[in-house]
Amino acid sequence: MTDKTVSLPEERRHGSFIKNNLRNYGMLMSLIAIMLFFQVMTGGTLLQPLNLTNLVLQNSYIVIMALGMLLVIVTGHIDLSVGSVAGFVGAVAAVLMVTYKVDYTLAFIACLLLGAAIGAAQGYWVAYFGIPSFIVTLAGMLVFKGLALAVLQGQSLGPFPATFQKLSSGFIPELLPEAGTLHPTSMLVGAVLALGLVYASAKGRSREQLHGIEVEPYAFFLGKSVLLACAVLYFTYLIASHRGLPNVLVIMTALIALYGFVTRRTVIGRQVYAVGGNAKAAKLSGIKTERLTFFTFVNMGVLAALAGLVFAARLNTATPKAGLGFELDVIAACFIGGASAYGGVGRVGGAVVGAMIMGVMNNGMSILGIGIDYQQVIKGLVLLGAVCIDVYNQRR
Amino acid sequence: MTAMLEMRNVSKSFAGVQALRDVNFSVHAGQIHALVGENGAGKSTLMKVLSGVYPHGSYEGTIVFEGEERRFRDINDSEALGIIIIHQELALIPLMSIAENIFLSHPPSKLGVIDRDEVYRRTQELLAQVGLKESPDTLITDLGVGKQQLVEIAKALSKRVRMLILDEPTASLNEADSAALLERLMTFREQGIGSILISHKLNEVAKVADHITVLRDGRTVDSIDCHAEPIQEDRIIRSMVNRDMAHRFPERSAKIGEPVLDVANWSVYHPIHPERQVIKNVNFGVRRGEVVGIAGLMGAGRTEFAMSLFGRSWGTNISGAIRLEGREIVLPSVAAAIDAGLAYVTEDRKQLGLILADDVRKNITLASLDQVAPGRVIDDIAELKVASDYRTRMRIRCSDVYQETGQLSGGNQQKVVLSKWLMTDPKVLILDEPTRGIDVGAKYEIYCIINELAEAGRGVVVISSEMPELLGICDRICVMNEGAFVGEFKGADATQEKIMRAIMRNERNIGNAAPAAAEMGGMQP
Repeated sequence: MTDKTVSLPEERRHGSFIKNNLRNYGMLMSLIAIMLFFQVMTGGTLLQPLNLTNLVLQNSYIVIMALGMLLVIVTGHIDLSVGSVAGFVGAVAAVLMVTYKVDYTLAFIACLLLGAAIGAAQGYWVAYFGIPSFIVTLAGMLVFKGLALAVLQGQSLGPFPATFQKLSSGFIPELLPEAGTLHPTSMLVGAVLALGLVYASAKGRSREQLHGIEVEPYAFFLGKSVLLACAVLYFTYLIASHRGLPNVLVIMTALIALYGFVTRRTVIGRQVYAVGGNAKAAKLSGIKTERLTFFTFVNMGVLAALAGLVFAARLNTATPKAGLGFELDVIAACFIGGASAYGGVGRVGGAVVGAMIMGVMNNGMSILGIGIDYQQVIKGLVLLGAVCIDVYNQRR
Repeated sequence: MTAMLEMRNVSKSFAGVQALRDVNFSVHAGQIHALVGENGAGKSTLMKVLSGVYPHGSYEGTIVFEGEERRFRDINDSEALGIIIIHQELALIPLMSIAENIFLSHPPSKLGVIDRDEVYRRTQELLAQVGLKESPDTLITDLGVGKQQLVEIAKALSKRVRMLILDEPTASLNEADSAALLERLMTFREQGIGSILISHKLNEVAKVADHITVLRDGRTVDSIDCHAEPIQEDRIIRSMVNRDMAHRFPERSAKIGEPVLDVANWSVYHPIHPERQVIKNVNFGVRRGEVVGIAGLMGAGRTEFAMSLFGRSWGTNISGAIRLEGREIVLPSVAAAIDAGLAYVTEDRKQLGLILADDVRKNITLASLDQVAPGRVIDDIAELKVASDYRTRMRIRCSDVYQETGQLSGGNQQKVVLSKWLMTDPKVLILDEPTRGIDVGAKYEIYCIINELAEAGRGVVVISSEMPELLGICDRICVMNEGAFVGEFKGADATQEKIMRAIMRNERNIGNAAPAAAEMGGMQP
């Protein structure tokens, strides 16, 4: 089988490999550059354990929603209602838990189901009635913003039960004896994750080699693995030296892994991309395009609900203003991460990196004391710039 | 007689690839000059040099038009001299009217306000000139492709035309519309307009051309004066592909077996106008190992018939019975049709067949992902192997299976679509215009694949508007008109005349059936 492998001169292979992968890693490198920039400008404040933990907590709900939004955008649609839905679900959660004293687990599940129902309601019009998603979700945005106000009667409602607050402000329990300020359990989890990632990519590589598929040059593989492991370890080290891994980071990581797997490796993921790439061709290939579109909206609804719960738990109150403008950050994250507005293109990793770029910029500029006015201007320009680079790259 | 246009020693290269080498090409006033060659032979490049898409300086050689050397900077320069190009892909705006489209760029106006009466009057004049009986207010989207082509020509005529370049004008037209269009070209010839006709259809070229130039690999390889010598198709094909194509169609020895698909009393109504019956209680059957052709005019209902069979993907209020291998089945969805063993290769591979931004591998496995995804998780290595396998078997020319399908040539794209459907292991394949827009060499390969499919015991149905193709590859030809079968011939007995006669007889019987009669309008003086 190995004779099928195309063998190019080593140097040319390296050259073409770098070129092919520059696009994939371009945004990641931009993120690193932006982080370095703010690290220097803020005199090291950005990557201080406390600030890093805050950064994660502040952006978790954006990342969670970006995972759902990516699928919606890949099918060629958009969801403008996610901010309002998140706010509305947070409000309902507060009413259930604070006013009616419903058990927090029950309330949590009820809220996720509510999110699914909202997603289904909007997805129904988009998928089966062919109404443009822009319009359906614009309507949804108004409806749920209004409903959140109505449910809360214009007031803030809190505080939540202590256990529910743990969703956002809790950290994983410490099982090992503490060593100074370092939390060994968190460190251990990070180490296992780093090893797991390296092992999985090594296994994948050797499997491809076994079947005579051209793989990335060994030096790249080694370098990439070492970098990846170091980054994960360093990141967990920073987090572990504050208060350990936040619960929400664990949830977020699990969701990123799950959605990464679903989009890249499963039949349903492949079909979602096919629908976005060419819905008519997908339909004539036996794919149930309407049903898939419908479920991407249901999925989006559930994730928006989860984000709403995380946000409410973090503030410890539900306010009528919760979720305001979230949709813009979420959509921007997906496009900065390389998703195409025409559908069919976009990666989970890209959306996560996009969300992190937005998060780091928010955080860094706030530390630097740049006003909210110019923050918006800069974020807008970054979005435009990122998409411009992408379009330029595709034309080449 | 001096030439109206002379292109001398034109060479052009792209990043080291020589697209044109020392091409000499001339057209006289009132001449129809056909330019033929395989895809990639350099025809389009030559026309782009002529029309100024590639500006002066980006190529070598000289262009002399009406006695003067010309150096076009862009397409406006050439248009100003009356060199008008009509592209293969029509550039009309669907939701605008005929009149609006014709006068899109330079409507007659007074003080910047469009003079509607003038637009209307001139549109009517132009439509009469091209022989299109439609109101100037008709929206483009309501016209068939054939009529749209005529609107394009009318649009060209609204400018000052000295030379008309038509890039595969009849590729998506049926026989009647094609004939009507060629008819128009001949009237332009009388008016002294020079025409350059790029076409893959040699019978048309033979019919109208005064001169034929054959391009191969960017060189002029043959130049035939049609009035001085008889046109031999074999000679043209030989020069085009540089190989002896004594047989344009592969040999075929049919081993026809049991009936595999039987459709009885099939009736379909239009999805938007539900009172209109598009398919009128037809019966149809295919046997194992048999290649059945469906001939007919555009709009006869052939595609609609095929799509309605294929999991009701077209039409409403569908009724009738389908039997597959003797068992009666119901196919409510495309997925059910695929599972039952039906495959439908669409006529429009870019819009309906492929996901152009996706690679060859993903396109091949799209309709049968379950085969490479145990437990709904894709085994990427199994997938890669299957795709590579089809790549070799179908001789798909691509750098590897990770290449985007949008970058492949038409013939190779079609092979990707065929691979996708072969992977579903169908019992019956319906191929809708399988060779549209594909060059002669690739066509031959597609015909060979069709033969192999039949030899493997599958039933094959070919829908085609190119009659010679149906005559060359089918064991049996059914003629459809106005949603009903109006004739059936054994492959050996069928001729183009018989098929046309069957359609015409039916047209006459229908009498004043308006839409079809209008389609045929161009044929009758």
